[in-house]
Amino acid sequence: MDYVVRMVNVSKTFGEVEALRHVDFEVGTNEIVGLVGDNGAGKSTLVKIMTGYHQPDPGGEFYWKGKKVQHMSVAEARRLGIEVVYQERALADLQELWRNIFMGRELSNRLGVLDIKRMRRETGNLMTTVMGFTSAAVTPDTAVKTMSGGERQGVAITRALYFNAELIILDEPTMGLSISETRKCLAFVEGIKSAGKSCVFIDHNIFHIHPVADRIVVLDRGAVAGQFSKDQITLDGLLAKLSRVAQTGSLNNETSRNKL
Amino acid sequence: MNSAFEAKEKEKTSRPTGTVARLVRKYALQIAIVFAAILLWVLFLIGSPRTFLSYPIYGSFMSTTPYFALMAIPLTLVIIAGEIDLSFGSIMAFGMTAFSVVFIRTNNLTLGFVACLLAGLFAGLLNGAIVVKVGIPSLVTTLGTQFFWRGVVLVVTAGNGVGLQVAQRTILAQALVGRLAGRIPAQMLWTIAVAVVVWFFLNRHKFGAHVYLVGDNVESARLMGVNVERTKMLTFALVGLAAAFAGFVMSLQLLYFWPTLGEGFLMNTLASVFLGGTSVFGGTGTIFGTFVASFIIGAINAGIVAAGLTGFWTQLIYGLIIIVSVSVQAVLRRKLA
Repeated sequence: MDYVVRMVNVSKTFGEVEALRHVDFEVGTNEIVGLVGDNGAGKSTLVKIMTGYHQPDPGGEFYWKGKKVQHMSVAEARRLGIEVVYQERALADLQELWRNIFMGRELSNRLGVLDIKRMRRETGNLMTTVMGFTSAAVTPDTAVKTMSGGERQGVAITRALYFNAELIILDEPTMGLSISETRKCLAFVEGIKSAGKSCVFIDHNIFHIHPVADRIVVLDRGAVAGQFSKDQITLDGLLAKLSRVAQTGSLNNETSRNKL
Repeated sequence: MNSAFEAKEKEKTSRPTGTVARLVRKYALQIAIVFAAILLWVLFLIGSPRTFLSYPIYGSFMSTTPYFALMAIPLTLVIIAGEIDLSFGSIMAFGMTAFSVVFIRTNNLTLGFVACLLAGLFAGLLNGAIVVKVGIPSLVTTLGTQFFWRGVVLVVTAGNGVGLQVAQRTILAQALVGRLAGRIPAQMLWTIAVAVVVWFFLNRHKFGAHVYLVGDNVESARLMGVNVERTKMLTFALVGLAAAFAGFVMSLQLLYFWPTLGEGFLMNTLASVFLGGTSVFGGTGTIFGTFVASFIIGAINAGIVAAGLTGFWTQLIYGLIIIVSVSVQAVLRRKLA
């Protein structure tokens, strides 16, 4: 299988805390990888390394489509085509919708002068075609803080989509969403698959991940505890394993054979 | 893929829908500040019509308000970015100290002017570097540099002023503090020019877009690839540069450089920014608001004297303006949240 991203022996320590310990992680081309694990398992740290926000400890390697990337940064990750929808949405609440959509890569000429007209027009287009905002009350000039949780999630996802990502990372996208909004979000993940792109989908909730993921990776206390193709494991089996990890730190009983 | 997040959002009646309502809401603070200025002006007109119906008082406003308006305009950017600067008053004097050192040795006014601006730029960058690279809160950093630069000024000048009478007839003096058509102080035109340029960079340039984002949510900005460090450094650098320029303009107008130059500018400069509607929490603010508010602050000083109150009242009133305007913003912010 071709990989878009392959991370080898990645560790990350913050002072005394080992957030990640010798993690190998990969995402195949057009694969949806579900990443599960308890709070503090290292999911968000892993994501932030993939997006260039954190640098891995020396010794960790990062490959993009088979080529080693030496210096990851947020800008480099974006250039490669990695987009993230962060847990905290990464929105600037007081700013207009268009400023949020183009945050950090405003459309401008060579001198840095903003093309506000175009950004607002593009935002308007995205609102009707992608975000599905039909309310006349929401315009490209609406401040983000007045929007609902689902609308805000829509903004964050649309932003990721607009810039032609190859790999879209969703960090707990269903957090704080209503049931119908969650359903939309899962439909969006399926949309990524059918568009031929790759996705890392992080969630607490196995019931959200299992239906849409091709492969599920379980992180526990900074290390990969195990991984399963969806056809290898049922939802019930996965649940049983996860509760065993939570108690013992190991996916399997000592007697059972490792499946991988 | 486009089927995701499909049209299900209900009309929210709480949002104003009309174009006029939206514009009023968007520019509410600017409209309010203009009305406040007009109201104040009418009060002054009624209070002492003779003074306020003749030109000299306006000439005086246009001559003295620029001293702090020139700093309040870039200071707006620092505060939008969620930081604060208290050191600009000392930087005014530090710039002039650099000027004096060069001017006394070379007798070259232009060279001295360049040295003044470079010193201001350096002091501003140093503020930025301490805040960004060392990670000290800007309140503490600039409190420290405020005393430090004042100390440098006093040590270098030994407390002595420098007379600038020789500069009076130079082109530079004419360009900076001359009188256009014999009436309009040149510093007023410079203040307008600075306001327009800073407005452009704040509202029509990537740099300004990043200033708003950094002040609104620094973590989001960083996650989305905004260079937070560089943005903050630049805002501090601009204040330093502007402070040196304002110090030069003021010294040239008075034809004397006092080592105490800039003392007493802290309150009215900060008051201009906060009264102008810039949020002390960062993320919002306008150059237009600061510009109009500067003249309100300048007028209040004249008004206090015209009203027969002693100059002792000015501090009290500036302090009150700062407290009231930041409190109003805090209440508005909670209401809107």
